[in-house]
Amino acid sequence: MTTTAKEPAPNVGKPMPGPPIGLLAELTHRCPLQCPYCSNPLQLKSVRNELTTDEWLRVLDEAADLGVLQIHLSGGEPASRRDLEPIVEKCANRGLYSNLITSGIGLPRERLEKLAAAGIDHVQLSMQDADSANCDRIAGYEGAHKRKLELARNVRALGLPLTLNAPVHRHNLDNLEALIALAVELGAARIEIANVQYYAWALANRAALMPTRDQVRRCLGVVQAARERLKGVLAIDFVAPDYYAKRPKPCMGGWGRGIIVVTPAGKVLPCHAAETLPGMSFENIRTHALGDIWRNSPAFNSYRGTAWMPEPCQSCELKEKDWGGCRCQALAMTGDAKATDPACDRSPFHARMVELADTESATEPPPFRYRR
Amino acid sequence: MSEPARTQMTRDSVPIIARHAKLRFDETRQRWLLLVPEKILTPSDTAVEILQLCDGDRNVRAIAASLAKAYAAPVDEILADILPLLQSLADKGHVVT
Repeated sequence: MTTTAKEPAPNVGKPMPGPPIGLLAELTHRCPLQCPYCSNPLQLKSVRNELTTDEWLRVLDEAADLGVLQIHLSGGEPASRRDLEPIVEKCANRGLYSNLITSGIGLPRERLEKLAAAGIDHVQLSMQDADSANCDRIAGYEGAHKRKLELARNVRALGLPLTLNAPVHRHNLDNLEALIALAVELGAARIEIANVQYYAWALANRAALMPTRDQVRRCLGVVQAARERLKGVLAIDFVAPDYYAKRPKPCMGGWGRGIIVVTPAGKVLPCHAAETLPGMSFENIRTHALGDIWRNSPAFNSYRGTAWMPEPCQSCELKEKDWGGCRCQALAMTGDAKATDPACDRSPFHARMVELADTESATEPPPFRYRR
Repeated sequence: MSEPARTQMTRDSVPIIARHAKLRFDETRQRWLLLVPEKILTPSDTAVEILQLCDGDRNVRAIAASLAKAYAAPVDEILADILPLLQSLADKGHVVT
């Protein structure tokens, strides 16, 4: 059952959103890997709550009608779903750019060929480290590195574009040069070097993952030099580490501004960690139309635009650039989801965040807390 | 295997839009977009015309000639405009030769 989208309410201080550009489809929480910085919630949804194939196909139709341009097929491991092929095919039929975000496990050559035939546009492969033993240790899966290399070579052999996704932290930052060289060797056109963001499992493992200030400084130098050296060969996207930052990131490009997240069980969220925010309820695609949720959901409207912002954001000239940063991080560090993201040095909590990073990174790392 | 090198766009290059980039007219927003991984680029009208001619058959000289005819402008002037644009797209990896 789907309720019809209501006429948009008259504007009462909330900006009417433009159409969303991207939808993150968390097809499943199942994953063979158990990376200690996984963005899935600590309470994983079991397979019996997952949306059916028909439900996902309907979500994609509604997304295309709403003006979504890109679908990020993620999880967990999206290949854990046997219906990935019809899902990709639907994206292609509706002109939706499909981006497969995979661990590389569960995608043998034959299956990849089927996905290529179904019209997948781009493959994003996670790479935990260039060093195989360390990669397997971080992923909590023996043989992961070897299978990732196989997948990368198959992706390129089929002529599909490849991005390596490298989440970086204290256990692999010193191998950054090797990670970049691996991306070039595998024929990736792009590498995303993303300092781990501390939500969900990463927050639970923060003391184990926090890099030192020196590691971060060296990493910035490596990235800058590689960008220059590999111009036109490898595009390097870089996600800065919040705890050593001066300004917050525009989380999700701003709350309810461009991105929709659909969880394996069909909940529709403005950001994948939004369920950690108390007192907020989220509509489900099983009972509401996507467009209705996008326009009218109280959760999407709660931090949309700038009217909700307290100081120091409200009078800040950057408020429409970073949109106040991340609500989940604000809550986790300050106890108030409305507060300025403490990654910003104008936040009264910023000094505490920096001190936490310095202290944790100077301490012997505790063992990883894995998903299983 | 030799190290892959940066593409240098010349008059003789035969550019084509990279496999990861999709040039689409978006009905919702009523404009041309270049969809690339995790980004949406909004090319100018001129860039759209150039990209539409990047078909993997024509070289840069032929693309310029086609535009020169359409705009009744000298080919050299067009070349001076489109070479930096194509080089910049190649440096980002969105156009290949």
